[in-house]
Amino acid sequence: MSTATTTHTGGASGRRPRLTPGRTALLVVALFLVAAWLLPLVWAVATSLKPEGETTKTPLEWIGSKITFEAYAKVWESGDLLQWTVNSLFVSVVTTLLTVVLCAMAAYGFIRTDFRGRRLLYGLVLAGIMVPPQVLIAPLFTEMVQLGLVDTYWGVILPQVAAPAMVFILVKFFDGVPRELEEAAFVDGAGRWRVFWTIVMPLSRPVLAAVAIFTFISTWNNFLWPFLVTTDPNGMTLPVGLVNVQSSFGVRYAQIMASLVIAGLPLLVVFMLFQRQIVRGIAHTGLAGQ
Amino acid sequence: MTTLSPTSAPASHAGRATPASGTRTTGRARRSWTEHGLVFVAPFLVVYALFLIWPLVSGLGMSFTDVDITGVGGEFVGLDNYAEAFGDPAVWASLWNTVWFTVLSTVPLVVVGLVLALLANELRVVQWLWRIGWFAPFLLPSGVVCMLFLYMIYPSGFGLADQLLASVGLEPGIGWLTDERYAMLSIVLTTVWWTVGFNFLLYLSALQAIPPHLYEAAELDGASAWRRLWHITLPLLNRTTGLLLVLQVLASLKIFDQVYLLTGGGPDDSTRPILQYVYQQGFTGYRIGYASAVSYIFFALILLVSLAQPVLARRRRAEEAAK
Repeated sequence: MSTATTTHTGGASGRRPRLTPGRTALLVVALFLVAAWLLPLVWAVATSLKPEGETTKTPLEWIGSKITFEAYAKVWESGDLLQWTVNSLFVSVVTTLLTVVLCAMAAYGFIRTDFRGRRLLYGLVLAGIMVPPQVLIAPLFTEMVQLGLVDTYWGVILPQVAAPAMVFILVKFFDGVPRELEEAAFVDGAGRWRVFWTIVMPLSRPVLAAVAIFTFISTWNNFLWPFLVTTDPNGMTLPVGLVNVQSSFGVRYAQIMASLVIAGLPLLVVFMLFQRQIVRGIAHTGLAGQ
Repeated sequence: MTTLSPTSAPASHAGRATPASGTRTTGRARRSWTEHGLVFVAPFLVVYALFLIWPLVSGLGMSFTDVDITGVGGEFVGLDNYAEAFGDPAVWASLWNTVWFTVLSTVPLVVVGLVLALLANELRVVQWLWRIGWFAPFLLPSGVVCMLFLYMIYPSGFGLADQLLASVGLEPGIGWLTDERYAMLSIVLTTVWWTVGFNFLLYLSALQAIPPHLYEAAELDGASAWRRLWHITLPLLNRTTGLLLVLQVLASLKIFDQVYLLTGGGPDDSTRPILQYVYQQGFTGYRIGYASAVSYIFFALILLVSLAQPVLARRRRAEEAAK
């Protein structure tokens, strides 16, 4: 275990970590901190498994008189959670696909082709990095009203696709792809379109994955914009729906916690399965290494 | 090359592409529609123009009108909205709340992120546990995090926060979200718990990129662990820290979700941030023109912070070169 860890993480020195008193102390501190961080999550799960009558008992009780899935059943029966999950999934998947494809095409166009006004347009896209989307909520909403996109999937999706930072990340990556590979294909008679899809895109899988992961996480978790642009409960994404429904639960804490667990679970499971790739992806965007 | 130098770096990238790609495309005998660079760029540009450039421009226009939420019938009112905003105590109070939240949250988010990363990097065992424990909360939607803190952590008496205080013998019954003295701190606490994992991961990958031979040499010279931390590790993390500070300040200035969901801006508007004021004016008060003007004042603040970063970075580079 430890040898495997040291070889791929390659920290301060390559040797196998020994358990000196100092390191043991650090380990205890770290374990304490992890426990502290996980405590709220454990508390949510524990509460969701209690009978409704015992959720507000003091002093602290982690497990109720019995473990019951009653709260989950109640929450699931209402059906809303399923609808919101489907909405969130659709919105996030489509936003991610569109962002990856449109941003990659744009980045390739900016760095590998030439056309009139290219530098000016690229400058315009880069300047957009400094515009926080939150500043645009008022005019964007008015635009959505005029376009008739309020309470539609596209109203939620489209503003999130215009991501200039992703174009910038991809431009940096494409710039590092050796031109020789593309030139060989040109000699063989392939056009730009084919070169882009069959050579550049497959070569860029790691950075495309990073862009996709980032976009997916931020779209799945986005609150403010979907909250503004959806009023019909059937069209809400998971985070917005959850907040919307709390009032109808009254103070049924077990049910509220059960719905949070259901809503929080998908990304946590994805993270546990793909930890390595997600962590590498975050490093890959150039944020960390430099 | 840093990611956050949008103006200088990319221009040089694009510049370099010109001669090579230019000769290649024009020299070809048969050119199809896909040979034109605009074909690649156009789809993104359409979305970008419609949903970023246009609202940016139309928002500026609206800020000079008294337009309502549907965008119909706005009369030109000149600088009235701006004059009103500058004289509106709620604008100044919510701007101050925003800055105060940023000040309170940035330091712990960066420092805790660094400490957690140093611990994980030093221990180099059960890496998955640190990643899951410290990073996982970052993956939860703000709605989930806030509902959890609102209903299970902060409530008086049975909430986890109070119960933990009681279990170590402290006085419980603090108005975590209802007492003006604690409300903002509680929001900061929730935010640190929720988002510090991202900074932790960035620091961790920066730490793992430090070449081991730097430490081996120091160890041969008999440098203690503390000296190695002070003289090797921390200086090498300078750039990451600088970058994180800027990212963190920009992110914190945009606070909305946590406040809206935890306190609704209260008690007595003491935690209401500027974006919530924009929301209230525009979406519940139907004054989109005024909301746009307030947005643009806020945007100016964000621009100032974004522009400060390349300037500071350049000065730092100049200092390093001078050494």
